Amino acid sequence: MRDGQIRVLIAKPGLDGHDRGAKVIARALRDAGFEVIYTGIRQTPQMIAAAALQEDVDVVGLSILSGAHMTLCPKVVELLHAQGQEDVLVLLGGIIPDEDAAQLKAAGVHAVFGPGTSSSEIIAFIRTAMAGG
Amino acid sequence: MPKPAPTQQLIDGLLKGDRLALARAISRVEDDAAEAARIVRGVFAQTGRAHLIGVTGAPGTGKSTLVSALAERYRAQGLTVGVLAVDPTSPFSGGALLGDRVRMTGHSGDAGVFIRSMATRRGTGGLARASADAMLLLDAGGFDRVIVETVGAGQAEIEIASVADTVVVVEAPGLGDEVQAIKAGLLEIADIFAVNKADRKGAGRTVAALEMMLETGGAAAQTVLHHGQRMEMEAAASEADAEEGWPIPVLETVAVSGRGVEQLRDALERHWAWLEGSGARSAREGRRFGHMLQTLIQAEVLARMERTLSPGLRSDLVEGMLRRQIDPYSAAAEMVKKLSG
Repeated sequence: MRDGQIRVLIAKPGLDGHDRGAKVIARALRDAGFEVIYTGIRQTPQMIAAAALQEDVDVVGLSILSGAHMTLCPKVVELLHAQGQEDVLVLLGGIIPDEDAAQLKAAGVHAVFGPGTSSSEIIAFIRTAMAGG
Repeated sequence: MPKPAPTQQLIDGLLKGDRLALARAISRVEDDAAEAARIVRGVFAQTGRAHLIGVTGAPGTGKSTLVSALAERYRAQGLTVGVLAVDPTSPFSGGALLGDRVRMTGHSGDAGVFIRSMATRRGTGGLARASADAMLLLDAGGFDRVIVETVGAGQAEIEIASVADTVVVVEAPGLGDEVQAIKAGLLEIADIFAVNKADRKGAGRTVAALEMMLETGGAAAQTVLHHGQRMEMEAAASEADAEEGWPIPVLETVAVSGRGVEQLRDALERHWAWLEGSGARSAREGRRFGHMLQTLIQAEVLARMERTLSPGLRSDLVEGMLRRQIDPYSAAAEMVKKLSG
């Protein structure tokens, strides 16, 4: 579906500073041939949405370990949709209870990856989605 | 998935200040040379308003932080700023990790700043084309100042910054001797030097060394280590580069605290005014367009060669070289002859 290079934004919204997971994923995605824009920690949903727009990304990957995912993720999705980026794939990584994951998916998050997810699983998910699957 | 927007819609949108249209247009010019031609054709008449600023320097000198602080100063003046941050593509995977935004937070929510990261992708020609096109789009999108930031290593990256209206070369204390900067070819392209991280030890020496090199045309930097004192150097530096009539300033900045950034902005504004006043601006622009033309012609000729030459001819020639029946120069000449024939 997308002809050009796949661009991914990796961001850490909220106040926890544990960014190792985000960095590991960022590197794995780079090694898989994606262009990864890394924004660092303590991003507000507004900052993430602004970066997603300016960078014209295909995928937004959020890493949240603070427990604030139920407020932060729907806000990011809402802002992306409001600015015309309904087609952006939104992924969440972190420690997310199953019932929350279900609600987040209903709110427009495309996939939730918990601890133990291999990076190849995430890469395969992005590739399939970008191929229009 | 929705259908991609038609090209004309992106052109109209970006000219009207629609930032999503601008962002998507930049992706198009990066991904596809034919689309780039259409989009640039559609916006070119609206370009030429922005002050194009190239910022380059060795890794670790603090370019991204400095660009971010500079953007803030421009905003304080009410000027809008577009930033193109170029980072290398991994030669191993074709992917890239673009991290300049980490140092450029603080502008979100401000529609007057637009930051775009660009990977170097397949190297020289493609990068030069895509970055030049992206700068045209930012210009056409209405930004008053367009800053392109590249690592000052590798000819392609340095060239991109060097075709701007004003080139800022960023140095930092303690990164090795000045000969490194000479080797990289950074000294020749600077209109303004910023010695960033100037709160660190050795900043004065770096400033003095740069001023000495400007004065002596790049030679004998070592003398400064024996008797160079900043105060006596400054007068000499202001007379440097007299042939162009622009004395190249050497400024101290501390991007993280903002120290000296206002002076950097003022120096950029002075250079912009000087370019206009002296007629040097159109000379620079002409040089930039010559550069663009060359890049496009090379790409076109290469593409035509790929299209017209049979793959068989190439492998035959390689085969001939393997058997030492033909040398590489004659083989290349034979291929080019087929092309022009």
